[in-house]
Amino acid sequence: MTGFDLITDHLPVLTVVIPLMAGFLTPIVGWIDRKLCWYWVMLTMFAVLLMTSSNLYTVITSGTIHYHLGGWTPPIGIEYVIDLLNGFVCLIIAFIGLMVGIYSIESIKKELPNKIIPFYSIFLLLITGLMGMTITGDIFNFYVFLEISSLTAYALIAMGDRGDGVVASFNYLIMGTVAASFILLGIGYLYAVTGSLNIADMQGLLPSIYDNKVVLAALAFFMVGFSIKVGLFPLHAWLPDAYTHAPSAASALIAGLMTKVGAYAMIRFMFSVFTPEFVIDMTRMAEILTWAAALAIVVGSVLAIAQSDIKRMLAYSSISQIGYILLGVGLANVIGMQGGLLHILNHSLMKCALFLVAGAIFYRTGIRNLHQFQGLGKKMPVTTTVFLIAALSMIGVPGTVGFTSKWYLALGSINAGQWIFVIVILVSSLLNIVYFWRVFDNIWFGHPHEVEHIKRDEAPLSMLIPMVLLAVLCIFFGLFAYYPLHYVLEPLSNALLGIGVLP
Amino acid sequence: MSGIIEIIFAEFNYWIYVTLMMIGFYAMIAKKNLIKKVIGANIFQTAIFLFYISLAEVKGGTAPILLHGHDGADAAHKAVSEVIYVNPLPHVLILTAIVVAVSTTAVALALIIKIYEEYGSLEEDVILAYRRQLQPEFSEHARQKQEGEQ
Repeated sequence: MTGFDLITDHLPVLTVVIPLMAGFLTPIVGWIDRKLCWYWVMLTMFAVLLMTSSNLYTVITSGTIHYHLGGWTPPIGIEYVIDLLNGFVCLIIAFIGLMVGIYSIESIKKELPNKIIPFYSIFLLLITGLMGMTITGDIFNFYVFLEISSLTAYALIAMGDRGDGVVASFNYLIMGTVAASFILLGIGYLYAVTGSLNIADMQGLLPSIYDNKVVLAALAFFMVGFSIKVGLFPLHAWLPDAYTHAPSAASALIAGLMTKVGAYAMIRFMFSVFTPEFVIDMTRMAEILTWAAALAIVVGSVLAIAQSDIKRMLAYSSISQIGYILLGVGLANVIGMQGGLLHILNHSLMKCALFLVAGAIFYRTGIRNLHQFQGLGKKMPVTTTVFLIAALSMIGVPGTVGFTSKWYLALGSINAGQWIFVIVILVSSLLNIVYFWRVFDNIWFGHPHEVEHIKRDEAPLSMLIPMVLLAVLCIFFGLFAYYPLHYVLEPLSNALLGIGVLP
Repeated sequence: MSGIIEIIFAEFNYWIYVTLMMIGFYAMIAKKNLIKKVIGANIFQTAIFLFYISLAEVKGGTAPILLHGHDGADAAHKAVSEVIYVNPLPHVLILTAIVVAVSTTAVALALIIKIYEEYGSLEEDVILAYRRQLQPEFSEHARQKQEGEQ
């Protein structure tokens, strides 16, 4: 066996172990030379991106990967499972992580000049946590990774705006602890009735005891816990402050990934730990979720209109976008599910791009209040064009990726016979136009009163590259949505709903 | 009446765990002092640990340590089949969860130190009032009010 074979055999676990080790080695690298930290993170993230791409390719071509840690077989040992769902989410994590990593070099130098080493160390640990949550096939292992990602997110947010960052982080910590404890309790309940912690094993054991009240309580604990984690509307209180006051790069990372991985976990628990019959027919949890999601879509958009801080506006818009993902999941038909899953990809791309733009504007001008954005269209043409593309995608203009997922969600609602959700999607798109128009209006049509002659002062190249790449991908997936839909999302939705079997 | 008491005593530790959990949850929601909130979170998590440990209990079971293991494989197998052990898995899980809870507490306390340095208080009301006063952009209402005054 050559060394290369050894690496390919252990790829699933390496996607988690490499960022973990690299995260702990970052202080040593930074001790040698602080500038090396960024190169170190780039190297790690690039390796992770390669590994996750390879994993997804293997899953598409030759089926689900099972990896047994330490060679212990599943019900006893911990198992890492990569199927289409986590392969897809892992690739998003690695890609967004790499983009934010490239972007962070300048932004961190300016915003956190004394905390470069801890920032990158925690950055890699956050990627580890998210990666582990996604890839693991064992629910207690899942809980541990959930806490790793939460703790690192608290630390990243606390590095943000002086005074505000720590309070936002503390609020998130209290809410996050409640959520994680509920999830731990749910895991305990399921362990008590099945005696297993392996997801696949559990799905086999649970159906015979669905009438047990303990299983019902476990489902309730999971749903409430994950609703806090994803920031579903009535439980979203931590989200706006946390996104607003984190450092620019951290906002983009957390907004792009944290809630999406939470949504992934919700899907995994609803459809892989429990079975579709249980959540759709027996408890009607899916239906409850659609109504909560519809409420989140409308309320998030309305609240976004009332904001004047651009990051805060984007945070409220996140609340409404999470509603779209969960609406698709809750509709529980193949088309709606595809829309919801595609929206995980979309929202990561769009929201990450928008937060990066907000960070770039803050980097150049120090302004976050969108009423002071006049003249930015001339000052930073590339940055504002990226904003335009991402915002149009968020609104759902045909030709951008946001249109495809909204189209699928609307079709899914019609298929489910729920016309009201079509109206909700339309109304929310109109509200999106309203709050993004205020920004467009200021950027391109507002007249700056102080300065007559505006000099072009674009963001540095290391910031422009990831932003432009994300904007290009927004359009690429808008025009060629066939690829993710055909190769990943369609077989995946069928398998999740129990209609087809994963290859 | 005696029936209810019997039910309560039959699953005594589960009742305790629910009560403790509610006490912790109440403290996290209702207490204004940040340290008390963290203590509430700790009680909440500890209650869950108690629940897990209660799960592991087997009547008449001993600690899950292999007796006579050095006599050879056969004797070890005999020992496993004859002695009743408590379930060791929840203990191991909770060991991990305790580590997580300790780190959460550590992060929370570190944040509290920072908050105290910044605001000079640990009372939620004082901090909120201070923030509104200090940063008008924090609330739209305060900003408009300030603009009106100018």
